[in-house]
Amino acid sequence: MYQPQYEAMPRNELEGLQLERLRTVLRRVYDNVDFYRRSFDAAGVRPHADSLAEFASYPFTLKDDLRDAYPFNLFAAPLRDIVRVHSSSGTTGQITVVGYTRNDIDNWADLMARTIAAAGGTPDDIVQVTYGYGLFTGGLGVHYGSERLGCVTIPISGGNTKRQVQVLKDFGTTILACTPSYALLIGETAKEMGVDLSTTSLRAGIFGAEPWSENMRLQIQELLGIKAIDIYGLSEVLGPGVAAECSEQNGLHVNEDHFLIEIVDEQTLQPVHDGVYGEVVFTTLTKEGIPVIRYRTRDISRIIPGDCPCGRTSKRMERVTGRSDDMIIVRGVNVFPTQIEQVLTGIPGVAPHYQVILGKKGAMDTVEVHVEVAPDMNFDEIRGLETLQHRVRAEIQSALAVSIAVKLVEPKSIERSEGKAKRVVDLRGKQQGA
Amino acid sequence: MIEQVSVFLENKPGHLAELTRALANAGINLRALMLADTSQFGVARIICDHPHAAKAVLDSAGFGVSITQVLAVEIPDTPGGIADVLDVLGRAGVNVEYAYAFVEPGQNAAVDIFKVDDPAATEALTVAGINVIAPDRLYAVDTVA
Repeated sequence: MYQPQYEAMPRNELEGLQLERLRTVLRRVYDNVDFYRRSFDAAGVRPHADSLAEFASYPFTLKDDLRDAYPFNLFAAPLRDIVRVHSSSGTTGQITVVGYTRNDIDNWADLMARTIAAAGGTPDDIVQVTYGYGLFTGGLGVHYGSERLGCVTIPISGGNTKRQVQVLKDFGTTILACTPSYALLIGETAKEMGVDLSTTSLRAGIFGAEPWSENMRLQIQELLGIKAIDIYGLSEVLGPGVAAECSEQNGLHVNEDHFLIEIVDEQTLQPVHDGVYGEVVFTTLTKEGIPVIRYRTRDISRIIPGDCPCGRTSKRMERVTGRSDDMIIVRGVNVFPTQIEQVLTGIPGVAPHYQVILGKKGAMDTVEVHVEVAPDMNFDEIRGLETLQHRVRAEIQSALAVSIAVKLVEPKSIERSEGKAKRVVDLRGKQQGA
Repeated sequence: MIEQVSVFLENKPGHLAELTRALANAGINLRALMLADTSQFGVARIICDHPHAAKAVLDSAGFGVSITQVLAVEIPDTPGGIADVLDVLGRAGVNVEYAYAFVEPGQNAAVDIFKVDDPAATEALTVAGINVIAPDRLYAVDTVA
């Protein structure tokens, strides 16, 4: 543990610390941000909660509130105290901007040092930071944490996959940090280059920024010969460093001394008990630049009940398998792309690269899943290919409970992403009544 | 048995042209090209002068490619030529999965390609006096990896 005094703090002390920090942040936003002053006043709540339970009646903050505040209107510190800005990736519309004070950057480095240490990292490690550097929080977030922990930090950023493999091999990288889909591409590229990653020093990966399935984890672990650790964060709350798995790989420890996590029912928005699925809501407890109060992440997860053998006392959230923004509603059924991924990784003959094409035929939504055939398939046997196509279709349909079409596409024909993979192409708006 | 290059093809305009252009740019000469298609995709089957080089070229161009062992038989240009061959295969209990034919320039016989499920087919045909074509007559065997 990088900071055992916080990571393994007794629960009652931790909750006391949370309440104390919560009071500070409520006062900070009420005094400095018009939006919060208006929303607290409108809801009739005071900028001072007597208990964490009382806090559950405070109003939520939505992604749209951050969009409306573009670029700096939710900042709770004057710009002269802000030392850095980042923004969301804008995958779901207008980008949102977040600002960090010097203290925020300092805390963030600690939290990312915790994350790398929880994945087994020590100052002896060499961390290849393949997340993008720039407005995206991934690159610089991991970078500062890696330096804070004392690792050799390779700021290679994303892209140029062959060079990634070369550097990984030549520099003796021990920990790789990137999106899970890019980790797979690095693994495939290494194979094509004749580099056997199991003979390199690489032993762990910290992967996040997009939802991924357990099967994909197993596939990455096998392809790269490493332990694949899930990390979680979002720019609106911090960036990477909000929660991360330990080497138990059973749920992500939330850094509760800095973030208050709530799980709320998606319909009623009331808090649910530990163990029950719902939308994840975060309140930042220490952030100065842009604190958020009860921010609805759209991510679906639950708190895993019970203690973790690693000794950390923090609550664990289950890996996020779907963001309600990624959720597709097809003929009234909720579908998460990760469900498709989970099926594909279990079928030999296809690669875990896919794209979901949504269309319309009359009033009906159509779903066509494009799936890459594995390069070592026997391409002469039409019957074999047809059997494969039928199997993929049947298994996806049974997992999703929605009828779909499957199109087998050529190996490597689906565009590889160096950041977040684009899994869904929605043409429904363009094909009305076609 | 000779080596045929089998290529998976999505149904999209211009795709077969890309495939043949890739081979042409690599100086590979096609002797026969047969297309099989389903509603969703096609398979192109190719006999060419350098099958392994062709596979390498198409692999790197992003196609799905396999090398398939097939039987090449010389069939005289007379009525009943192909029926005689199929009779022999039938008596030997060999199933034919698909077949196609091409004619070499200046020859009086056709070359028929058979995909069979039993390697014993070659011997059955040879015993029956049918001319099974050796690889070196159709392509450069020295390119075999």
